[in-house]
Order: sequence, then structure tokens, then C-alpha cells
Amino acid sequence: MTCTPSILPLAAVLISMLGTIPIMLSDRRPNLRESWTLLIAVGKFLLVASMLPAVLAGGGFTFTLFEVIPGVPIALKVDPLGMFFALVASFLWICTSAYSIGYMRTLKEHAQTRYFASFALAISATIGVAFSANLLTMYLFYEVLSLSTYPLVTHEQNAEARRSGRKYLTYILGTSIGFALPAVIITYSVAGTLDFTAGGILAGKASPALLGLILCLFVAGFAKSGIMPFHGWLPAAMVAPTPVSSFLHGVAVVKVGVFSIVRVILDIFGPDLLRSLDYGTILSYFVCITILVASLVALTQDNLKRRLAYSTIGQLSYIVLGVALLTPSSMTGGVLHIAMHAFGKITLFLCAGAIYVASHKKYISQMDGLGRQMPITFGAFFLGALSIIGLPPLGGFISKWNLVIGAVEADQIPILVILLCSSLLNAAYFLPIIYRAFFAQPAAGVEPTIKEAPIFCLAPLCITALGSVALFFYPDVFLRLVKLAILN
Amino acid sequence: MSSPTNLHLYILAAPLVAAFVLNLLGRLSRRWVMPLTLGPLVFSTAGSLMLLARVLKEGGFSYTVGNWTPPYGIELLVDPLSAMMLVLISGIALTATFSALPWVEREHPGSEHLFFTLYLILIAGLMGLVLTADAFNLYVLLEITSITTYGLIAMGKGRAPLASFNYIIMGSIGACFYLLGIGYLYILTGSLNMADMAAIIKTLPQGPALATAFAFAIVGLWVKMAFFPLHGWLPNAYSLAPTAAGLLFAPLMTKVTIYLMIRVILNVFTPEYVFYSHPLVQSGVVWAAAIAIVCASSLALGQRDLRRMLTYILIAEVGYMVGGFWLANSQGMTGAILHIFNDAVMTLCLFLAAAAIASRTGSLSFDNLKGLYRTMPVTMAAFTVGAFSIIGVPPTCGFFSKWYLLQGAVQAGQWGFLAALLFSSLVNAIMFFRIIELAYFTDDGEAHHGGHHHGDDHHAPVAEAPLPMLAPLVVTAAALLVIGLGTGPIVSAIRLTLPKFL
Repeated sequence: MTCTPSILPLAAVLISMLGTIPIMLSDRRPNLRESWTLLIAVGKFLLVASMLPAVLAGGGFTFTLFEVIPGVPIALKVDPLGMFFALVASFLWICTSAYSIGYMRTLKEHAQTRYFASFALAISATIGVAFSANLLTMYLFYEVLSLSTYPLVTHEQNAEARRSGRKYLTYILGTSIGFALPAVIITYSVAGTLDFTAGGILAGKASPALLGLILCLFVAGFAKSGIMPFHGWLPAAMVAPTPVSSFLHGVAVVKVGVFSIVRVILDIFGPDLLRSLDYGTILSYFVCITILVASLVALTQDNLKRRLAYSTIGQLSYIVLGVALLTPSSMTGGVLHIAMHAFGKITLFLCAGAIYVASHKKYISQMDGLGRQMPITFGAFFLGALSIIGLPPLGGFISKWNLVIGAVEADQIPILVILLCSSLLNAAYFLPIIYRAFFAQPAAGVEPTIKEAPIFCLAPLCITALGSVALFFYPDVFLRLVKLAILN
Repeated sequence: MSSPTNLHLYILAAPLVAAFVLNLLGRLSRRWVMPLTLGPLVFSTAGSLMLLARVLKEGGFSYTVGNWTPPYGIELLVDPLSAMMLVLISGIALTATFSALPWVEREHPGSEHLFFTLYLILIAGLMGLVLTADAFNLYVLLEITSITTYGLIAMGKGRAPLASFNYIIMGSIGACFYLLGIGYLYILTGSLNMADMAAIIKTLPQGPALATAFAFAIVGLWVKMAFFPLHGWLPNAYSLAPTAAGLLFAPLMTKVTIYLMIRVILNVFTPEYVFYSHPLVQSGVVWAAAIAIVCASSLALGQRDLRRMLTYILIAEVGYMVGGFWLANSQGMTGAILHIFNDAVMTLCLFLAAAAIASRTGSLSFDNLKGLYRTMPVTMAAFTVGAFSIIGVPPTCGFFSKWYLLQGAVQAGQWGFLAALLFSSLVNAIMFFRIIELAYFTDDGEAHHGGHHHGDDHHAPVAEAPLPMLAPLVVTAAALLVIGLGTGPIVSAIRLTLPKFL
């Protein structure tokens, strides 16, 4: 890959970080403030997309900011893997921004300026993680993301929100300082560099035991990936406003966690090294526990957002599983699932938010018959659910299909069985919701006046739902990026 | 070597001379206080920046005061490290003074000139400490700084005189220990000049006399820097001292003493003696530092007052630097020295923020911090940056010194120290997020209203601290980011001073 120095990656990262300034300055003028938000979102997507042709052609971009530690600058690099993630995140941010406006205004939420400013900072950090050229830069943006999300989790400012905020920070900051930071430093000490290099930097640099320790520290340290037992923050964070849950806890934050693990596996350890040590298989079985347990817990949740949260925990581990199996198909499936799950899960969360905006209902047991009053929302929910379950003609099918093939390639039949079981469990916790919404008799006393949510809420969730369908028919761009990332 | 310069002497003399002039003119009129305090500090800051530029370009030099040649005369050493320390001291003193002036006016009306006389002598003393290359001269300057400090603390209200007395006892013990150590060395070497002593020590057989000298000198300095468990005097002394004095003490005193420890180890006893011929002592001190960090952090967690909490954090940070330096490898030493600078700036930031908050709320007890984000947004934003730096969140400077310290610990295989550093970071995160939660997300007795298009309309109006307190705070908070991103050049300057064999 030939990288050309360019300011584009920096601009893509910074546009929303600098955007917090006009957002905060237009505190008293909500229309202006929201115009800024949308403008920045579209600008960011265009900046990211403008780099796509070069990346698809096998090129890339770099930008070095500061040489802070000898040999480890704060530097950005656009490569296929980062491009893939940035494309998904920046596109979905546009949808979420529009949705946020509808949601926050309809519910007349307080502190909206803080909300939009923190959001802009969070997406900046997300793109920063995607475009990081080395572990130090990634750690930096990872922490910025943790901290900028905190005000969003505690947004409600009541006792429950503060408690969840504490839990969120304890898990996320505790693991990143306690595990990820020492892992980064040990890596630097043994390898002498932190640059993401295709094929890894650790081969032949340390004993298998130390490598195992580093891998454990990384997997535990990136707790945003929600791998059990470090998943507890995600259900707690559901106290945040729904756009936050949908974008940050369905796409940005959690995907940053798995993306970081994928980066470490591909570009710090390297598939060959992990294969020779057989650590990939151990990691695969470890995350299988999360896949199954999270799905089982999801079955028991009546709060819709919590059910979605546990579903997210399970689906995130698919991504790690795919990459840890280390076969071409499984890695393709795993990385693709970042996009497929993102489109599916954001749709589901946006639907949950739309239901709340329209009817103030949070619990599945209250949603009997609601589908007849909100057909568009529940239709989109249906599509999102099918994508997560992994059925054609939705994007989720492609990634799960690759994962299944990967499990066969890796000769891990137990994992194949687990994948199929999990899909059945996914169906078991999603389909009853849809059944109840469309076919169950509404409980007595349900107001018949409930209508669909406002257009600002409805349009984004339709776009993401249709996006899930489109990804089944046209996964081409994403597939090419993933192939480039893995072939590197 | 290029043409000789007297610049470093002018830097040091400016506050010293101004102190005496201020004492006389300040009696006549209060108008003299501000120009005579800020003037010399601006001069010193500009001068030390010029000196640093010169030293980095042309290399360090030594200077014989009055042209009395060493080992008899007093020698000053201007190398990259001492030049950087001069910049740090004058820069911090200048920044702190902007906030100190209104505080002194408020807390000590009528005796501003007395306060600032001691204040300026203290600054001159600190500058002398980093310049001197004479072990006995170092003792004299140490006493000058201590005595001015005792006086300044005793000017505080309430139990401050008692805290000052407590500090006099501990500080005198520390100074005596150091003097005893130097006394032993004088008996052994017949010299007081650092370079001269180092040359003679190399030829001496290692015996109990040298070990005693070393132990006395180092323990004496440990008392002065409040290295846990010799820290008992610090929390009361620093939290009861006048606010303006605390602004100067907290960032500088412990840090300059750590610099002295580093000087004594590098330039008198030599690292070969300290680290390599006594590996057990070396790793024992690192373990002691690890314990110090854990204990001081835990004590900080128990405080219910912001300023007291900060004083315990200060003690924990001393453990960072002592332990980091005694790791005895390049990364650890770099980290310790880098942390001197970073910790000074971040401590200044937090103490300035505490002072700004106190100017509005009166007390710094946690109960008074509720909802502060609405009334003092700028102060709290700067406080948050300082807090992130103490926690060690990139790209604030606190992260980078911690990075080097952690790396030094990994290289030395000191896993206990590594764990202590991480533990302290986590405890800092808990402590500061507790405050952030109070200040940002807890409304002061008022439930949030969601019924408004703009929920923020009905809150207490913004009431920021006065500009002389706010401006230095914002500058310092910005400096935390600038220094963090400028870690590369700072580290290469620090490496110039470290022994070549590392």
C-alpha cells in the first residue's frame, strides 16, 4: 500500500471536534445549532468518502501531527480497514443527527447544547480511532471517546443516570487504564514500535507466555467491545437518550471496542503469529460464551432497549469470533459484521426511540398491537431484526454466511453449532416482539391516538432499514475494502 | 564555549532585590506592590527563556561567583536541566502571582508588602537551589526557602501557625539530616563542591561512612519533599496556608526538592554508587515509592475537601517521581524528570481552579461544589483539563510522563511500581469524576425541568471568578495540552542531562 501524506484524514477527524465550537456558541438558537450539526455530519461523510476511491485503488493517506514519543508520533493513516469503519460510522452519524433533532425536540429534553457538542466530540474520536496509524494514537482517541460519551450517559442527571455514568466510567476507564495501557506499554517495550503494520510487529519479539498476557490485557482492556465479563456497562448505559444508545452503543462506542481488538489481532500480533500459537482458537471459544450467554439474557429482558443491549453484546462477539478464527472467510465475515450489525442494530434502536417518542412505552409487554398504529416503525424494526438474525435478503446474512463458512474452514464444528444456535436465539428474542406488535390484541386502555413519530425520527430509521436491505444486494464496496484489509 | 554571560545571576537577583525594595516602598503605598512583584517575575521569565535557548544551542556552562575558583568559591551550574527548571520556576511563579495578588489583597489587607517580600525571597531561593553546584550552598538556600515558607504559612488563618510550627520541626529535622550528610561527606572528601566531591568519592573505598552520608542526605531531602511516610506536615501546612502562598508552594516546593535529590544522586554520589553497587537499596526504594503512591492515593480518596484532597495527591505524585528516578533506567529517569515539569503545571492548574472556586463559594468542601458547572463554566472546564492530566488522559501532559514511568517500570521489571501507578491513576479517576459528577450533573437542590423548549433558561446566572484569577487558570490549562503535545522536544532536552551510559 502506498500512502500519500495528506491533510484529509486530519480534516475528517477534526471537523466535528471543531464543530463543537459553533454548536456551543449557538446555544440560544436551536435551529442554527442543529443546522451546524447536520452540516458537520454531511461534511464529515463527504470528507471520508472523498478518500474512498484512492483506498479502493490500493492507496492510502497519512498525516503525522506530533512526534511525542521517539518513534511513536500521533499520526493518522487511512487504510482499507479504517476506511471501512469510518465510512459506516460517518454515514450512520448523518442519520442519527437528523434523528436526534426530532427526538430531542419532541421530548423537549434539557441541556441539548451539551448533548450535541458531546455527540460531535464522540464522532470525532470514533473517526480518530478508525484512522489511527499506531496504538498510541488509537489509545488517545479511545479515551477521548470514553470521556465524551460520559455526559451523554448521565444526560438525565437523575440518580439512576449518575449511577449508570459511574458504572460506565468504572468499566471503560478502569479497563483501559488498568489493562489496555500496560498492554500498549509492554508492546512498545518488546517491539520498539507501535505502528500498525500488516502482519504484526510482535513476531519473534517475546515469549509465548508474554504474548498471551498481552493478548489478554488487550481483550480485557478494550471493554467497549462488551466481551463478558466486562459487558456490564452496556445495559446500564441504556439510560441515555435513545439516539445515544442507537449510535454510540449500537455503532460507535462498541464498534470502536471491537475495531480496536481487530486492529490488535491483525496489525499488532498478525494472523500468522496467533495461528502459530493457537491463541486464536482459545479466544474464539472464549467469546462464544458471550455469544450464547448474552442471547439467553436478552430473552429475559422486558425493557426493549435492554434487550437490544444484550443482543448487541452477543453480536459484537461475532466480530471478534470471526477475526479470531483467522481463516479468510471468517475474518471477512467478522469485519463485515461491523457494518451489517451497525445498520441492523441502529435501525432497531431508532425504532425503539420512535416508539418511545410516539407512545412513551419502554417495555415489550406494553407494545401489544402497537404495530397496527405504527406500521412503518415496526416494519423497519422487522427488517432490522431479520438482518441481525442473519436472514436473506438482508445484509446480516452475508456476514453470518461468511462466518459459518469460516467456522467450517477452521474445522471448528462446535463453533458452527454455536453460531446456528445463536441465530435461533436471536430469532427467539426478536420475532415475538414483532408478533405481539402486529397480531396480539392491544391491552385494554391503550390510547388509540398513538401515531407514527415525527418525520425527523421516521426518515432516518427508514433509511437505515433500507440500507440493511441494500447491503445484501450491493455489499460490493464494503467487501472490497474488507478483502483489501485482510489481504494486506 | 561562547562569550560568558551573567544572565542567570540577573534572573536570580531580580526577585531578591525587588523583595527588599518592595519591603521599603510597600510601606509607603500599596501601589508599589503589583509592579514590584510582577516586574521582576516577568524579567526572570523572559531571562530564563533566553538562557534556556542559549544553553540548548551552545551547551551548558559552569559559573564561578566572584571568580573564586572551585573548590573554594561557589560554583553555579547552568546545564539544560537547570535552565529548564529556571523557566519552570519563573513561569509558574509569574502565573501564580496574577491570582495571588487579589487573594493577598483579600486575605491580608495592609500587609501585602510583607507577604510579597517573603514570597519573592522564596522564589529567589528556589532559583538558587536549581543553580547551585555546591553542596553546602544548597543547604543554605534550602533553609532560605524553608524559613520564608514557615513565615508564609503562619500568615494563614486559624490553625495555620500550628501547621507552620509542625512544619518547622519536620523541616528542621530534614535540613539537619541533609547537613549531617554533607558533614560526613566533608570529612571524607574535604570538599563541598559537587563535582569535586564526586571525583573524590569515586576514588574512595565504599564504607559505612559514605553510606551514612548518603542515607542522611537523601532522607533529609525526603522529609523536605514529603515522601510518604515522611509527609505528615504537608497536608495541613499547604491547605491552611494563605491561598496565595498555596498557589506557589504546591506546584514548586516538592518538585524542586525532587530536582535536588536528582542532582545529589547524579552529581555528588554518582548513579554508579547509588544504583548499581546497592541494587537491594535501589529496588527497596522503588517498592517504598510504590507503597507511598498507594497509601497517599488512598488517603486522598478519604478527603471531603478539594484542597486537602489535592495535597494528598501531591504526596502521591512525589512517590511517582522518587520511584521513577530510582528505577535507574533511562525511561524511568526521563519520566521522573518530565513529571517534575508536568506535575508542577497540573498542580498549578488545579490549585488555581480551587482558588477560583473558593473566591465564589468560600469553602472547598465537596458539598459546595454542586452545580458549579452552570455558574463557573470556564473554571470548571479548566479544572476538568487539570483533572484529566492528573488521571493521565492523553493528550494532556500527565499522560506522557506516566507513559515514561510505566515504561521504565516494565523495563526494570518492577511490576509492583507499575501496579501502583495504575492503581493511583484509577483512584485519581474516581476522585475527580466524583467532583465532576457533583459539579456537572448534580443540580444545586433543583430538579431539572424537561418541560421547556430550552431547559437551561432557569438556572443560576454565570458568576465566574474575577479575571486575574481566571486568566492564569485558562493559560495553565491550555499549557497542559501544549506541553503534552510538545513532549518530544522536552524529552530530548531532558536526555541531554541524563548520564551517557543509560
